[in-house]
Amino acid sequence: MNTSQSPTSSDEGKNSVNMEAIAKRQRLQDVVFHRTTQSFSLLVLIALVGIIVSLFVNAWPTFAKFGAHFLWYIEWDIINQEFGAAISIVGTVLSAGIAMLLAVPLAFGIAVFLTETCPVWLRRPLGTAIELLAAVPSIIYGMFGLFVFAPVYADYLQVPLQSVLGGMPMVGWLFGGATNGLGIMAAGIILAFMVLPFVAAVMRDVFEITPPILRESAYGLGCTTWEVVRKVVLPYTQTGVIGGIMLGLGRALGETMAVTFVIGNANRMPNSLFSPGTSIASVLANEFGEAEGLHFNTLFALGFLLFCITFVVLAMAKWLIVRTEKAKGH
Amino acid sequence: MLMQPSPLYRKRKRTNLLGLTLSMIAMSFGLIALFWILFVLFSNGLAALELTLFTNDTPAPGSEGGGLRNAIVGSMMIVGLAVAVSTPIGILAGIYLTEYGDTSKTAEFTRFVTDIMLSAPSIVLGLFVYAIAVATVGNFSGYAGSLALSLIAIPVVMRTTENMLRLVPGSLREAAFALGAPRWKVSTMVTLRAAKSGVITGLLLALARISGETAPLLFTALNNQFYSTNMGAPMANLPVVIFQFAMSPYENWIQLAWGGALLITLAVLALNILARVFFREKVKA
Repeated sequence: MNTSQSPTSSDEGKNSVNMEAIAKRQRLQDVVFHRTTQSFSLLVLIALVGIIVSLFVNAWPTFAKFGAHFLWYIEWDIINQEFGAAISIVGTVLSAGIAMLLAVPLAFGIAVFLTETCPVWLRRPLGTAIELLAAVPSIIYGMFGLFVFAPVYADYLQVPLQSVLGGMPMVGWLFGGATNGLGIMAAGIILAFMVLPFVAAVMRDVFEITPPILRESAYGLGCTTWEVVRKVVLPYTQTGVIGGIMLGLGRALGETMAVTFVIGNANRMPNSLFSPGTSIASVLANEFGEAEGLHFNTLFALGFLLFCITFVVLAMAKWLIVRTEKAKGH
Repeated sequence: MLMQPSPLYRKRKRTNLLGLTLSMIAMSFGLIALFWILFVLFSNGLAALELTLFTNDTPAPGSEGGGLRNAIVGSMMIVGLAVAVSTPIGILAGIYLTEYGDTSKTAEFTRFVTDIMLSAPSIVLGLFVYAIAVATVGNFSGYAGSLALSLIAIPVVMRTTENMLRLVPGSLREAAFALGAPRWKVSTMVTLRAAKSGVITGLLLALARISGETAPLLFTALNNQFYSTNMGAPMANLPVVIFQFAMSPYENWIQLAWGGALLITLAVLALNILARVFFREKVKA
């Protein structure tokens, strides 16, 4: 490097020694840097293992006492130390299920609007609005649900539904119970509010992956916009769309705050869509502070179950989305 | 026109019109939801927004007035420490994923796990931190709260850093290597610098994400009725105060909860918009 600036041979010798020392030092620095960054990236894996191990260890007394029966045991008796996960699992799955039933069609509509029908100048502001809605902290949805949505829901949805459908055979029992604005369905609707922008944003991103040439060929053949969406865009992005839905489902299953405010927090098996219930996350939020002994271990067991359920859902979501992106050649 | 449009053609047009109308209804529904929530938040929050919100501490049950000073300070300290810890860790881990472990199996797996941690239920992270940092020490603390929040922030910083570093053209790296620069210098002084605004975007998004998190703080930082800057002890913080006050029967507590909710939402939205501005600059350059 410096040879042109060093006329004498002694200088050159010194330089090459210097260069070697520098190269050596830099190689050492490189190794240190490599290992540091590597250990930091491994921290995430360590955290994952740590979460699973620590939850399982703390949950062990419960699993040892109730065994697999814990999963479908319908009981939550703190005084007699009898616990089952069934009530909160049902609440979690039902509220998340209702949320997805409501949010997915709406999110699909929004994604179609944003990618196909929306005038170009409106796309960016509307897309940003949806993304900002996805960033609002979940506790805000909870407060909104408790103070504003619940009274409206009780008067304009629960009461009419109960009076129209409540007396019907087969489905009537679904709409029984008190119409106080809280319960499984209220939690599901608030969760739908919360995951809607998130799922819509993912779907829009996936729809945009469709190569323009495919879309334009379909339009060139005379397809209507709806046919392009149904028969070209949707089949092309199918796995990604399902991945986005499952990502939203993962969020909905593990959500604490939006649910705790409106689900009613009752440790009883729900017997209608209006009856109060509880979800794993809201049991944890409500009872962990005062839990002792087996109750404490049981809450860890519920946390462990929740983590396992969401892990599987999220892993599948991730796998499906990666597959879609690979198909595009990312 | 001589030819009548065929029934098939008319049916296709009808389906198209129906589908597009439904999608427009969905969009307006989403917008109505957004404005409804924001309207409720502003109309309730602005009523609570007084100077005393920032100068008084959280009131005792049954007492009048009060503010959120201790919770605001506590939140800033907990979130600040979490960001300070997760910034270097997240950025360096992101560098590893792009510059060193690009295609290796471990890096692939790390990426996968990070993406899952991004959406893992935050209340479970709170349980985990309770088990390792509260149960072992014997008391709730601000530090435990920061630890729980950094578990959420690190994956966010890590993944955005990685994605932004990926956008840096390979020729830039090669040019630096050709000049004899060692790898760590190329990573920190060339690629990281080129991706600076993108990485800042990631930091802002992480900050926005953890500012509103409530569930992981319930079992870690807990709450404190008094003003305290001791992070080794239970600490007041906005999300948990909002949760407790909103569920309470006291009128002034609920009012304070709305004030706090407005503060948090404004902060989160401002951070998100700022992140967008930074990212747009990056795309322009």
